[in-house]
Amino acid sequence: MNYLQNIGTYFFMIIEMFRKPTKRSVMVRLILKEIEDLVISSLGIVAFISFFVGGVITIQTALNITNPLIPKYLVGFATRQSIILEFAPTFISIIMAGKVGSFITSSIGTMRVTEQIDALEVMGVNSINYLVFPKTVAMVLYPFVISIAMFLGIIGGMAACVYGGFSTLEDYIHGVQIDFIPFHMFYAFIKTLVFAFILATIPSFHGYYMKGGALEVGKASTVAFVWTSVVIILLNYVLTQMLLS
Amino acid sequence: MIHVTDLHKSFGNTTILKGISTTFEQGKTNLVIGQSGSGKTVFLKCLLGLFDYDGGSINYDKQKFTDLSDDEKRNLRSKIGMVFQGSALFDSMTIEENIMFPLRMFTNQSESEMQDRANIVLKRVNLDNAQQKMPSEASGGMQKRVAIARAIVNNPKYLFCDEPNSGLDPKTAIVIDNLIQEITKEYNIVTVINSHDMNSVMEIGEKIIFLKDGEKAWEGSKETIFRTDNEAVSNFVYSSNLFKKVREMYLKA
Repeated sequence: MNYLQNIGTYFFMIIEMFRKPTKRSVMVRLILKEIEDLVISSLGIVAFISFFVGGVITIQTALNITNPLIPKYLVGFATRQSIILEFAPTFISIIMAGKVGSFITSSIGTMRVTEQIDALEVMGVNSINYLVFPKTVAMVLYPFVISIAMFLGIIGGMAACVYGGFSTLEDYIHGVQIDFIPFHMFYAFIKTLVFAFILATIPSFHGYYMKGGALEVGKASTVAFVWTSVVIILLNYVLTQMLLS
Repeated sequence: MIHVTDLHKSFGNTTILKGISTTFEQGKTNLVIGQSGSGKTVFLKCLLGLFDYDGGSINYDKQKFTDLSDDEKRNLRSKIGMVFQGSALFDSMTIEENIMFPLRMFTNQSESEMQDRANIVLKRVNLDNAQQKMPSEASGGMQKRVAIARAIVNNPKYLFCDEPNSGLDPKTAIVIDNLIQEITKEYNIVTVINSHDMNSVMEIGEKIIFLKDGEKAWEGSKETIFRTDNEAVSNFVYSSNLFKKVREMYLKA
């Protein structure tokens, strides 16, 4: 029953996010700040993880290809497919649920605990629009982060492949280019946009509607991470079924 | 003027407010006092529209709050200043940005006009040269003064304060009390203060309402509270030996 109520409240929050908009000049400032906090500040960790996980995917693929009849360029092909289809959109989104999601929940939750949200409401500001809408708009740039993750993942794979002696640079690049289906990029970015919306709104929901004190802010961040991950994994399955099968 | 009639509020099966009626007049500091759990905060949040009430009515001058459209409510709220118990300053903004916030949201003033106005109210609350500090760098007393400055920056008609001097030392608490009273007179606004600080009651209580178990148990002023024979008020206000002695001396005099 409680789950149903939470789902209802979540959709109420989504509707409320578009009502009584905040003044345009203020909203532009807020969106730019959120782009910096949520997108730009995530680039470092995303780049680091993507590069090294790309390398690991390549090494594991190469080590599992023991049959001499299988061409070497398959390492590049497998790396590209893994990164574009699953690693960059989904795996990075789970990481972002931890980084961006907990940041959103704890910042909004702290505002709730310290009555800053009440202060906004008393002033006549639609606090949901003021707090959640700019985060959602900022996350529209999330596919940009995922593009970088895809690029660096493939570069990391290339470095591991060439310097690890698993295949030549030419073979790897040939593998990366072979049988490329542009629709796979479309599929990856559709997923990314859906995940971006989830990453902005579910943690906001947990922060906005939390009750209690500082301890509950921590708990809300953990719960937000769990639910954001669960919803991302579920939607990943649904979208894959819809778009690829 | 704020006119409250037969206000009721419940949470589930628990009734918090049981038919409170009163009037808060312009240019006066109105205190709502009572023990913890007596319904003061719920009463204040109903006045502010943060809680929907179950019965009765609240009229801001001649406007009945529940009859107002969303736009009218928003317009009314822009005329309300609120000082929260924990100040509720926005952490991510400097003190100056905090004070300019209501102006930025509800007026079309230029940046320099907003800065000028912020400087005027900061000076009014005796906080010069604190514009660029972050709230976390300010003391409790400073934060309260910034909260008061933010509350009055947009020339409100109504000022609400929830425990404005909780957590402050007695000297700073009196400074804050006096500042609120001065501003009330100067701006001729309706000020409603939630408090259980007896110093505030004696210092600035031009009108006092005592709540007990969600009901208005007594109404009077700082002068009449000394002479009241209401047992609930006496037990609450004169619970300390100091105040008992003060009362005895007052009555003797």
